[in-house]
Amino acid sequence: MTLDPITLTVIQAGLQQVCDEMDLSFSRAAFSPVIAEANDRSDGIYSAADGSLIAQGSGGLPVFVGTMQYSTATLIAMIAEGRAAAPRPDDIYIVNDPYLGGTHLMDVRFARPFYRKGRIFCWLSNTGHWPDTGGAVPGGFSASATAVEQEGLRLPPVRLFKQGKLDKEIMAIIASNIRVAEQRIGDVKAQAAALLVGERRLNDLLDRYGDETVAGAIAELHERAAVQMRAFIAEIPAGSYDAVARIDSDGVIDEPLTIRLRVTRKGDGLVFDFAGSSPPCAGPMNSVRATTLSSVYLAMRHIFPEVPMSAGAFAPLRVTGIEGTFLDAQYPRPVSGCAAEVSQRIAEAVFAALVAPLPGRVTAAPAGTSGNFALGGHDPARGRDYVMYQISGGGYGGNGDHDGLSNGCSTIGISKAPPVEIMEQAFPVLYRRYALHEGSGGAGHHRGGFGLDYEVELRRGTARASFVMDHGRFGPQGALGGRDGACNAVTVWRSGVAHTPQHLSKEQDIALNPGDRVRVRTPGGGGFGDPFTRPPEAVLEDVRLERYSVQQAAQLFGVVVDGAPPRIDAEGTQALRGGRAGAGAATVSRRPR
Amino acid sequence: MAKERPGAVVGVDVGGTFTDLVELDQTTGRVRLAKVPSTPENQAFGVLHALKAAESDLAALDLIVHGTTTTTNAVLERKLAKTGLITTAGFRDVLELGRRTRPRPYGMTGVFKPLIPRDLRLEVPERMDCDGVVVTALDEDAVRVAGQHLVARGCEAVVVHFLHAYANPAHELRAAAILRDIWPNEHITMGHALLSESREFERGVTAAANAAVQPLLDRYIRRLVEELRKGGYAGELLVMNGNGGMVSSSRVALEAAKTVMSGPASGVMAAAYTGRRAGIGNLITYDMGGTSSDVALIRGAEPTVSNEVEIEYAMPIHVPMVDVRTIGAGGGSIARVNPAGLLEVGPESAGADPGPICYGLGGTQPTISDANVILGRLDARQSGRRGSVTPGDVQAIFARDLGAPLGLDAVGAAAAVIRVANLKMAGAIRMVSISLGADPRDFALFAFGGAGPLHACALARELGIPRVLVPARPGITNALGCVVADLRHDFVTTIGTPLDMLDESRLHRVFASQAGEGEALIAKENIAIRGLRRLYSVDMQFVGQTHLLRVPLDRPDVDRETLRHLFETAYFDRFRVELRDIRANLVNANCSVIGTRAELDLSALIDPGGRRAGMSEAMRTRRPVHLGGCWHDTPIYWRDHLPGRFTLAGPAVIEQMDSTVLIEPGDRARGDGDGNIVIEIGGGG
Repeated sequence: MTLDPITLTVIQAGLQQVCDEMDLSFSRAAFSPVIAEANDRSDGIYSAADGSLIAQGSGGLPVFVGTMQYSTATLIAMIAEGRAAAPRPDDIYIVNDPYLGGTHLMDVRFARPFYRKGRIFCWLSNTGHWPDTGGAVPGGFSASATAVEQEGLRLPPVRLFKQGKLDKEIMAIIASNIRVAEQRIGDVKAQAAALLVGERRLNDLLDRYGDETVAGAIAELHERAAVQMRAFIAEIPAGSYDAVARIDSDGVIDEPLTIRLRVTRKGDGLVFDFAGSSPPCAGPMNSVRATTLSSVYLAMRHIFPEVPMSAGAFAPLRVTGIEGTFLDAQYPRPVSGCAAEVSQRIAEAVFAALVAPLPGRVTAAPAGTSGNFALGGHDPARGRDYVMYQISGGGYGGNGDHDGLSNGCSTIGISKAPPVEIMEQAFPVLYRRYALHEGSGGAGHHRGGFGLDYEVELRRGTARASFVMDHGRFGPQGALGGRDGACNAVTVWRSGVAHTPQHLSKEQDIALNPGDRVRVRTPGGGGFGDPFTRPPEAVLEDVRLERYSVQQAAQLFGVVVDGAPPRIDAEGTQALRGGRAGAGAATVSRRPR
Repeated sequence: MAKERPGAVVGVDVGGTFTDLVELDQTTGRVRLAKVPSTPENQAFGVLHALKAAESDLAALDLIVHGTTTTTNAVLERKLAKTGLITTAGFRDVLELGRRTRPRPYGMTGVFKPLIPRDLRLEVPERMDCDGVVVTALDEDAVRVAGQHLVARGCEAVVVHFLHAYANPAHELRAAAILRDIWPNEHITMGHALLSESREFERGVTAAANAAVQPLLDRYIRRLVEELRKGGYAGELLVMNGNGGMVSSSRVALEAAKTVMSGPASGVMAAAYTGRRAGIGNLITYDMGGTSSDVALIRGAEPTVSNEVEIEYAMPIHVPMVDVRTIGAGGGSIARVNPAGLLEVGPESAGADPGPICYGLGGTQPTISDANVILGRLDARQSGRRGSVTPGDVQAIFARDLGAPLGLDAVGAAAAVIRVANLKMAGAIRMVSISLGADPRDFALFAFGGAGPLHACALARELGIPRVLVPARPGITNALGCVVADLRHDFVTTIGTPLDMLDESRLHRVFASQAGEGEALIAKENIAIRGLRRLYSVDMQFVGQTHLLRVPLDRPDVDRETLRHLFETAYFDRFRVELRDIRANLVNANCSVIGTRAELDLSALIDPGGRRAGMSEAMRTRRPVHLGGCWHDTPIYWRDHLPGRFTLAGPAVIEQMDSTVLIEPGDRARGDGDGNIVIEIGGGG
């Protein structure tokens, strides 16, 4: 069947609306603040034949771009092989196994077969980040886990809802193995209700346009999304582009992990070859196949936001060479860092490879860490135990049009940081500082954005501090002559003595007493273009606003500033910059439209 | 108190492009209207031009109510008074760091300019904890030094914003007292004064916005009052707030941030008023403009008010505002064919300049307005401001840019643009209404703005909305909102306790004190009111949740059991989820005190003397209009000539000075006593 482009557009918008309404329903009804406030969830529609992505909600967390198509594909295969129970109408499967097309254990997926006329027409699936799924540490981010069993409860695909009814026995097993279990029923119901919203709206769509028309449109839209991606790929000159990105350590063995990437444009497709990347690691900085692929897709979507979220758009992208590396870890490798940290480093490698051929579209490297600081302890004033999470942003990379944004959220997230006042209400801490990380933006024609500099003091009781962060050893990469952004820096002050985590950005269970302090300075973004071509007035403005010191202005940008109020010393600047001043600005091309 | 029933009332609303005026004389029944270009450099000129254009007799006017975009524009364009910040040591960057988001989920770029630059953000030693207990005493000398520094730097306004001042404002109060001795004017804003809730970024931005627009609004209003006095006006000038209520010009600058977004709010107030008189209490308002459209929800004739509006990326102004959501499609939205060969409409817009091709101002990209012209829905002459572009030119561009890649002719391409645009707008309206917990099918669509009534029937059909209400004057609805607005004060008090542990008498005392404060403020205004209304509600959630659900209360003296029942019912209605085993929290107690004004007669908005006896006399012409895939020979009526209580069946086009109403085949329209058009949506289409 051939469909006219207008009908295709109409059905594409209809499918998108179904997914967006699922997203909205899920986060509005969810209990977990991670889902409700941070939108750490995603909803989509998947093919009945192979689980490939048909449409996905536009409000979903970026890290989930395409991930559910792997878990749905695995589920379909397992059902066919008899390794998972056969579906019936109104069933909902639950699964969080990372090795079966997942991310980390905390991302719990639901999948619901969608029936038309007695046959499965497609699957509806969603993912929500549960605050806890058991394991060694509350929240699941153990920096020193060496096997997945230490990270939490692992669920193969089982039917949590059977013909519309919650299986209380399975729920009881889950509830007995996770923390704060009594509130999870709220998330379970919200997650299931969102799929029901999707089913209702998808039935409306099919009733209106007809099953055959919609099925035909889905197939055609898949093809056209590929055409659209190929048109964008055509902006990249043929050739190969190499990049390296490094992770500080795996949290267990203090050695860097390396991502080696070669992006090759072959015809109208791109090959992302990760051969030569580090082997699987002992600690939790492993990635699983689904997360690695999704990380490439999300990076490409940051570069080309116009591309629809559909398996067709990913078809021209081929990922190779991950077998045997830490980007394709197998059971029982620990994986809790895959979604929060490794995924961002994969994206950084993609940005670093493609910024040269696409300088109008790609930025220098962003801070690229979720900045996870967990504090667990006992509050004697309230007589209760607590776990506090401080997740923080960092600077974005400079780009062809502008300086990088300061204190932006992680590459894979879209969530808001909690206010200091709310943290202090909930936990026995006092923030001494919540400020711009001065000097952290990587120097460039367009400099990187600045990171965050916060310091928090324990007021009462004892507590243990844990850190799962990154970019402590290597700053976010500058591009096209720009300098790297400043590194992440953690300092723990115990009884007035400074302690730096052994792995710089990762350590678990540092004991704290009242009055002890933790200071975290998050990375700045990479600079974009030669810093010696940055207009001296812009450098002066940064000095005037105390973002860089006078010394940094001279060293990093070749601009001499002196006096009070500060002024540009034109001769001194000329002497430092030599013939480079003013050149190079024209080499930065603007974003094509 | 002023006299019970004012004679002549003027509402004047300054919009981005036009300044609109409506004058209702309740004694003579006379109505005057004016639409003149806005004067952005000093909006007062536009106001005076409008009064002149309407031939209003300033000396004979009893009341002028003014909606202004002075503060909205100042914030959005960052054309602000030079403002300083004095804040807690360690926290001067809060206003710049925000809540670490980015403007869009995809694309690692973004630009953010804080309201106060870093060199004017100064720190002083002081610290409260979250219980309002002093951790570090206020360094008063440091406040003085900081204040003197800011004065020396030429700051016109200053914000004092300390951590946890909502829990204990003592340090902010003391610092403000110190500053009063050295500050050259009255423009001192304390962080806790407008919004006494936790969340330092939101509270700080709200206070900073207030301070940074205060001198501008103050100057503007003083100048306007002076000009009006010179013209002989002796009455009161009231100014619209974003909550849809109004305050006297003498007090408005004190809480200047409350006037932000007052323009869209007044349109919604007019909709609520018009709907109530027409017997339609539940409305979705749809104001379609050039670059975007505004959507709001009215339930039981009460507009939805929110305390958490973010007026742009990272710019939360947390004072009560009518919850108007902007969707990215307007008459100027550009249509194009993407590399996948699919038609896209928006989000890019041709704006007002160059605007759509049909404006003849140099626009070359096909827009929704151009599609309406090609399809005969919009009169080519009416849409254009210059005559330099012919309908043939517009068609040629559609055929080339859209038709060729889609395999359609110009008309087919235009019809496709309208279909896709309507679908997109309907989807966005649906998302707004479900995010507010409403099913659009339970509402009528109130369509206004220049283009709203042109798309209303199609949108209603797409959304399953049974009825459309088009007011008498769609293009001056905001000005009408000024005329009909009430006096209104909103209060939010954070209680924050599990429902089991709620002290009922404390809740009752909070409500009583909120109501008392509101009544006292209304009594201070020199405005006649017909009565006082008090609306009570609570914000609740289940323990462990972060979202709040607003639960309206019929009466303030509720007990715990009633609250629990009302919350669980409201929760189930919204989410279809029952959670019997989880406890509830009561977070906020809210009260709105409304001084209702005398009922106004709207029946003369369309001059009864101009109406013709029959439909045929009201018809201007007929022309082919493309609807539902084919051309219809369609009667074109002139709105002002329609008989009082007419009925007609679509297709029909009703044109008027400020808008065009399109009634599609299968729909039936009738006129009501206030000059509204009520359209019953048929099944077809």
